[in-house]
Formats: sequence, structure tokens, C-alpha cells
Amino acid sequence: MQFSWSVISQGLVSGVLLGGMFALIAVGLTLIWGVMGIINFAHGEFLMVGLYVAYFAVSAGLSPYLSFIVTIPATTLLGIVVYKALISPILKDPMVNQIMLTLGLMLILQNLALLFFKADVQTVRTAWTTRTIHLGGTVVGVSQLIMLVGAILCIVGIWWFLKYTDYGRSIRATAQNPDAASLMGIDVKQVYLVAFGLGSATLGYAASLMIPFYYAAPTVGLFLGLIAFIVVVLGGMGNLFGCLIGGFIMGMGEALGAAMFPGSLSRVFSFGIFVILLVLMPRGVLSRRRA
Amino acid sequence: MRLDRRYLYPLLLIVVLTPVYFVLGDYYRHIFILVYIWAFLAMGWNIIGGYGGQHSLGHGLYMGIGAYATAYLFSTFGLSPWIGMIAAVIMATAVAWFIGWIVFHYQLRGAYFALVTIALTEVAVYVASNIPAINGAQGINLKVKMGWQWMQPTNAYLWFYVAGVLMIVAGLLVTQYYSRQRFFYYLEAVRENEEAAEALGVNTVREKVKANMFSAAWCAIGGVLYLQYFLYVAPRSVFGELISVQILLYAIVGGTGTVWGPVVGAAILVPLTEITRSQLGATFSGASLLIYGIAMVLAMLFMPFGVVGLLSRSFSRFRDNVAARDEVAPVAGEDS
Repeated sequence: MQFSWSVISQGLVSGVLLGGMFALIAVGLTLIWGVMGIINFAHGEFLMVGLYVAYFAVSAGLSPYLSFIVTIPATTLLGIVVYKALISPILKDPMVNQIMLTLGLMLILQNLALLFFKADVQTVRTAWTTRTIHLGGTVVGVSQLIMLVGAILCIVGIWWFLKYTDYGRSIRATAQNPDAASLMGIDVKQVYLVAFGLGSATLGYAASLMIPFYYAAPTVGLFLGLIAFIVVVLGGMGNLFGCLIGGFIMGMGEALGAAMFPGSLSRVFSFGIFVILLVLMPRGVLSRRRA
Repeated sequence: MRLDRRYLYPLLLIVVLTPVYFVLGDYYRHIFILVYIWAFLAMGWNIIGGYGGQHSLGHGLYMGIGAYATAYLFSTFGLSPWIGMIAAVIMATAVAWFIGWIVFHYQLRGAYFALVTIALTEVAVYVASNIPAINGAQGINLKVKMGWQWMQPTNAYLWFYVAGVLMIVAGLLVTQYYSRQRFFYYLEAVRENEEAAEALGVNTVREKVKANMFSAAWCAIGGVLYLQYFLYVAPRSVFGELISVQILLYAIVGGTGTVWGPVVGAAILVPLTEITRSQLGATFSGASLLIYGIAMVLAMLFMPFGVVGLLSRSFSRFRDNVAARDEVAPVAGEDS
């Protein structure tokens, strides 16, 4: 273990940057979970699909920050198809069945990716990949900074949509009580479809922001998906700003753990934080301690 | 004493399966042994996951503890796997008690329980990868010492086959026995409605912890068998996420909370995936996992109670129909 100020400060900065990425990945999950009560275990795999689309788009010459025009439609379409074919038939089933179904979907997407794209790790090198700036003695990748800003914009945007638009109100009403919402004339099935589509769309957006400094591989969603779950649970399900806080906690845990512990032991540190916080604050870190 | 039919069927398996060994080639013997190992592990999961309704997504943890404890004691201290197995069971039970007590005491259920079990199993991967004594990420390759006392018979296929059959039958008998005992009735009550069970005086936390420990001990034994058959254990090969998914997959496709479900599930899926793996392995390494995924999705969409659940439901519907017809007939006779 090494403790020195420069290591810690670099750790803190990369923790915040990583946290923004984790929060953006998790925001779709928390939206779907909060509105529909569906826990999509294939969430990380939707992101994986997005990353591959972004990878191919950027390889074909598109700027990463313009590749939204293909990644967002791609993941949204995937979300809609999955919702129509798999999720809507089991909306009323017990939660464990829904978990198992999305777990199966996770295996399917992961191994289809393995079939089509092989196990290789794909990265793109653009001008954005290596650009860095110095911030008070720490080095920050520009693309990661853009990712953080993009994540905050996206979360604020969704919050605004839910809070101030009519459709956002219908979504919140459905989340509170689908039966009452349906009595008020809200098309609950359509709201679910929109929530699932929107949740999937955020992953396309995330993939475009990530591709300059991250990579695409069939198993990329395994770890990121698990992190997204942890972030959602830490922030409290359905809580958008909690998602940001949860993202920062996990980002810090990862970055500081990596700075302090050798090799893969850092993961023990972040997962350890998760288990302890979950046991002590099962409704998320923003909730008051239960009675 | 007349033997109950429910106990007779598992015993019949010995009579049916043992001769089958002699007509099989080595490759099919291998597949049968795999079926037994996975069915045994799935039966262990079925206690907490099926009867208790707490879907653990991290049972690879207990299987891995079983395999690792045995491998470590054998390769470092030269202790026989028989002693290793006892140590493994004690260790897995202790870990299951600790995890279960914390998780259930703090009322983590459903998705939260699933997530904690995944996270803890991931932690186990990283911990095991960083302990030099158990060879880190490389894992332990077991040196073979032949003989009964080392759990390595000279005719491996025959004895692992027989041991597998006996373990399955023992597992079925134990599950069958407990399925009519208070312990499993309590668990089913917890699964169906935890608050109601609590109100009726079931100590739900204690029952769930007990089930978790029972289930862990079971999977640890399965892990020892797995180790002795494959002679190799590494962090990802036992604690990996996909191993835990496999364990529960067989129980779910076969039918959770039923005596025969895990065995039926493994008997259907293991051969299917092994044969595709051998046919497509070189060109497409993920084929077996793709099949698992498809099986899981189809099972949830079309038979959420598994194969056994589907059969027993349609059987009881058939029986009800017959009973209804028999009841109607005499009434109609009286009228005329």
C-alpha cells in the first residue's frame, strides 16, 4: 500500500470521472426499475451492444461525438423489441421469474456477440483518446471529462422531463400506482414501453461517450452491468440523483482501491463497500435510516 | 414394512442407471457423470432457492469453498479428500451461516438478496486470485494419488459414475424426506408469504439461515466431487458468475421447489450443451451458454414452474377432470 497525496488526489479525480460514467450507465436501469419494477439483468449487455455499434460507427469514420445518431436508435430499438417480445408477457409474474428471464437474455446477447464479433477487445483510436489536460497536479483525459459532463446533463435532462412535462408526470404516476394511473386515463403499457425505450436509449448515449477511452468486448457488460446494479441500489431505486451519488461512491471505491491495493484486490474494496452499505441502508444512501 | 412409493422411485434409479453404464462409450459416460454432478449441485441450490424462494445467484461460492478447501488440504498437507470434504462442509456451512445471518437479519430479499450473493461471489474471485497459498489466479492442479483413501479410484469412469448415481439418489431421498417435514413446510411458507409465515409463528430468519447452511453444505460436497473429477480448481472456474447461473438454471428449467426438478433439468440441458460444445466448440465457444440463455428465457415465458411443474400441473388437471366426470356421472344417474 502506498499513501501519498498525489496518489490520493489522482485517485479522487479519477474516482469522480469514473463515477460519472457509472452513474450514466446506471440511470437507465434505475428508471426502468423505478417505473416498472423490472430488474433488467441484461442492462450491461444493452450497453455492450451500444459499444459495438459505436465502435463500428467510429471505425467507419464518424466522430465519436456524432455517433449518437446511430447508437441511440440502435439501443432504443433493441429495448423496444425486448420489451415487446419478452418483458411485456411477464410483467405480472413474480419478480424472480423476471430476474431469471433477463438473466437468460444476458447470456443470449453475450454469446451472440461472441459468435459474431469473437472474444477480441476492440478499441478505437481517435484524436480524443490521448488528449489530456492538467488539473491541479492531476492528469485528466478530455474524453473522460466530456463523459462526466454528458452524464450530468443526461441525468438533469431526464429529471426535468419527469418533473416538468406532461408525459413525465404520467410516467411518475404510473410508477406510483399503475392501477390508479390507468384509471386516470394513462396508457400504462405505453408508459412502460417509453420508460424501457428511454432507459435503453441512455445506454446508446453512454456508449458513444465511452468509446473514445473504453473498449467493446462480448463480456464488457458483465462487470459494468454489475456496477450499474450496485450504483442503483446505493442510490435508491428510481432515484436519479441518488444514481449520481452511488456512481461517485463506486467510482471512488474503484479508483482509491486501485491506488491503495495491489492488483485485483481493489475490486474487493468496492464490492465490500456495496455489501456493507446495502446491509446498513437498504433503500439507498439518500434515504433516512429505517426505524 | 411397505416402502413408500415416493422413496421407491429414487431407488429404482440405481437399478435403471447402473446397467446403462456398460452400454455407453467413455464419452457418454463422461456426459452422464456431468449430469450427476450438476444435478447434485442444483438440488443443493433448490433448498434455499426452490423451497425457500430466495434466489441465490452466488452458489458457486459454496461449491468453490468445497473444492478449494479440499484441494488446499490435499496439495499442501497431503490430507485425504475424505477429511478435506469434512473440512469443506464445515467451512461452507460457517460461511453460509455468517452471510445468511447478516443478509436475512437485515431483511434483504428478492433482487437485493440476488445482488448481494453475486457481489460476494465476485469478491471470492478476487480474494482467491490474490492468495498465494492457493496459487492465486492460476488455480490448483491436483496431483493424482490413486486409491480409495485419496478418492481417486483406478477405474475413474466406473466409480465416478456409480458415485454420481448414489449421490443423486441420496439427494432425492433426502429432499423427498424433508419435503414432508416441518423444516421444508416452513420454508415454503416463507416463500409464499413471509409476513404471513412470521405472523403464524415461523421464525423466518432462522429458517432461511438454516436452509442457506444446509444448501451450502450440500453444494460443498458437490464441489468436492467436481474437484475430484476434474482435478483442477481456479477462481473463475468455481466462483465465476456463469457457474452460479448454471447451478440455478438446471433447477429452474426442471422445476424449482420440486424433488425431481433439478435432476430433470440437468438431464435435459447438460447433454444438450455438452454435445453442442463438442460439435461446435472449435468454431463457437459460447454455444452452450447461448443454449442456457435460450432455455432460461423459454422456460420463463412458457413454463415458469419448470418441466416437472408443468407435468404435475397437467397431470393433476387431468386427474381433476377424471374426478369431475366420475362425480357428475352418478348425479346424472340419479336424475334419470
